[in-house]
Amino acid sequence: MSSGAIAIGTPRDGLLRRISDVLLARRGFYLLLLLVPPLLWLGVVYLGSLFALLAESLFSIDDFSGVVVREPTLSTFAQLLQPANFDVIVRTIVIAATVTVLAVIVAFPIAYYAARYARGRWKAAFYLAIMMPLWSSYLVKVYAWKLLLAKEGAIGWLMNSVGLRWLLDSILALPTVGGPSLSTSYIGMVLVFLYLWIPFMVLPVQAALERVPVSLIEASGDLGASPRQTFRTVILPLALPGVVAGAIFTFSLTLGDYIVPEIVGPSSLILGQVVYIQQGTAGNIPLAAAFSVVPIVIMGLLLTLAKRMGAFDAL
Amino acid sequence: MVGGVRSSSDADADGTEMTTAVSFRGVERHFGHVRAVDGLDLEVAEGEFFAMLGPSGSGKTTCLRLIAGFEQPSAGRIEIFGEEVAGVPAYRRPVNTVFQDYALFPHMNVLENVCYGLKIRRMARRERHRLGREALALVKLAGMETRKPSQLSGGQRQRVALARALVVRPKVLLLDEPLGALDLKLREEMQGELKGLHRTLGLTFVFVTHDQGEALSMADRVAVFNHGRMVQVGSPEEIYERPRTRFVADFVGGSNVIEPKVVREWLGGTPRAASLRPEKVAVLGAGYTPPEGAIAVEATVAEVLYHGAMNRIELATGIGRLVAATAASGGPNLTAGMPVRAVFAPEALHLMDEA
Repeated sequence: MSSGAIAIGTPRDGLLRRISDVLLARRGFYLLLLLVPPLLWLGVVYLGSLFALLAESLFSIDDFSGVVVREPTLSTFAQLLQPANFDVIVRTIVIAATVTVLAVIVAFPIAYYAARYARGRWKAAFYLAIMMPLWSSYLVKVYAWKLLLAKEGAIGWLMNSVGLRWLLDSILALPTVGGPSLSTSYIGMVLVFLYLWIPFMVLPVQAALERVPVSLIEASGDLGASPRQTFRTVILPLALPGVVAGAIFTFSLTLGDYIVPEIVGPSSLILGQVVYIQQGTAGNIPLAAAFSVVPIVIMGLLLTLAKRMGAFDAL
Repeated sequence: MVGGVRSSSDADADGTEMTTAVSFRGVERHFGHVRAVDGLDLEVAEGEFFAMLGPSGSGKTTCLRLIAGFEQPSAGRIEIFGEEVAGVPAYRRPVNTVFQDYALFPHMNVLENVCYGLKIRRMARRERHRLGREALALVKLAGMETRKPSQLSGGQRQRVALARALVVRPKVLLLDEPLGALDLKLREEMQGELKGLHRTLGLTFVFVTHDQGEALSMADRVAVFNHGRMVQVGSPEEIYERPRTRFVADFVGGSNVIEPKVVREWLGGTPRAASLRPEKVAVLGAGYTPPEGAIAVEATVAEVLYHGAMNRIELATGIGRLVAATAASGGPNLTAGMPVRAVFAPEALHLMDEA
């Protein structure tokens, strides 16, 4: 055993050993080495290209030749305020807000159950159920929904066979949100968005709820709060950062999406589609860039508002 | 500011007023196959400082949670001030809890935490802030109102938790190992303060702990728990001086347990186990004669542990291991392996119920 003790005292020499000694002695340097690749990625590839895009929005396009004029101007941003363009922005915000609110309503009970009650196998089943839709292709899911929502689709058939055709018809007869069929209405579009983004709401809310110690809930009850009061004054405020995180996901994902509205919903455009058309078919990169500034500004405003309202106080 | 709320009080046979704050009748609480509380009868008098003492898993915390309403009994009857509380949820019981982890609301400041119970009772803001400040002054935290719990030390959090429970004027204050997370110095300080609070407020305190020193020094009565049962209840002196079972003798202060066979040899009578407190055992060097009438046992010093004021001496003897506690100064210089005699008066042996 004595030879073992000696071996511990004298490390083997070698380049790798010396490098590892240097790294261990200088923690800062070690950290820097680890951070360089992600910082390069974030700084150059991600933020760099984002700023390049935003810079584009300060240019304009020559209406006659279709060539980008590389002189700083705010005229492209002014175009956003034209009725046709402004409508797109308002419509998109309303849809995204609706999807977000519905996602909170649907996701919260699921997340609450998973965080507070599900144990063992049920917890595993919960994660599987939430994550599994993410494993299949996004396009496949959207087309599947189109089939479900189509006039002759599964939902219409089901409504027919249980004698609820009248209900579906009266829903579709609603102004603006209705339409000839679910798959060509805003209702259908919102349903598909809701389905697609629900995991992004459930998971952060569940994580936030899971971090609320049971003793806090007991303490609230102990001090005389009914379950409803406890929910409002303790559980909800502490889950709010999770709800805000989920809302950021669902809201921004809806703001930027251009595939779902292509496949499901009415023919009116929403923001993502306009960016897609402007940079592609129309070749108007400055306007596309100006449009893509819109979600960034909206998200910035929302986050500021959420912070003002104290959504992150519990973090 | 907080006074014990006098309610239905019944007079004893001899006329002295004696109200029962909490009573358990054949209470059971099972978790699957585990009997966390197993057929418990218990009475806590109003204004009493009652400690539940036991190792972890002995059922003491479950008892506290049964009183608080976080658990419902599987069988039996629990009354708080004469009212059956089966099915009454925690938020409608006249008791409040100081939690082991304090359970302060992280999104509220100190004053909001303390005033939470009053806010729930819809007390006007001004009035509840006044009471909240009073409660904070009571636990010596005046001036900390706007701090967040995360900015407080463990001892301060514990005081906030105490103020938060006291401000709603509970009839019974439940304390779940409230001093467990504090360091020794703070713990001793808080023991004194809790005792003082109990005296000034005249409230019923039910205190759960696994620390026998804490239970003995603070409580009016101590209940010792083991395996979901209450093995002995009595004043700290009773528990310490006259343990009824081997478990109590050993758990409360580490008494020596002398086997029945040996006890009969010394004292005669029916064979019963006896407890012998370490501080009643003297250690004599080989050359000294034991006093008249004392019991002397030949022994070898196995270990000498220095405990500040006291030395703890472990002895190997013909009747098993014996522990003696002697003043650190003035005694013979003992080292391991030294032949000695353990000497004690026969009266020092306390016969227990167990054989």
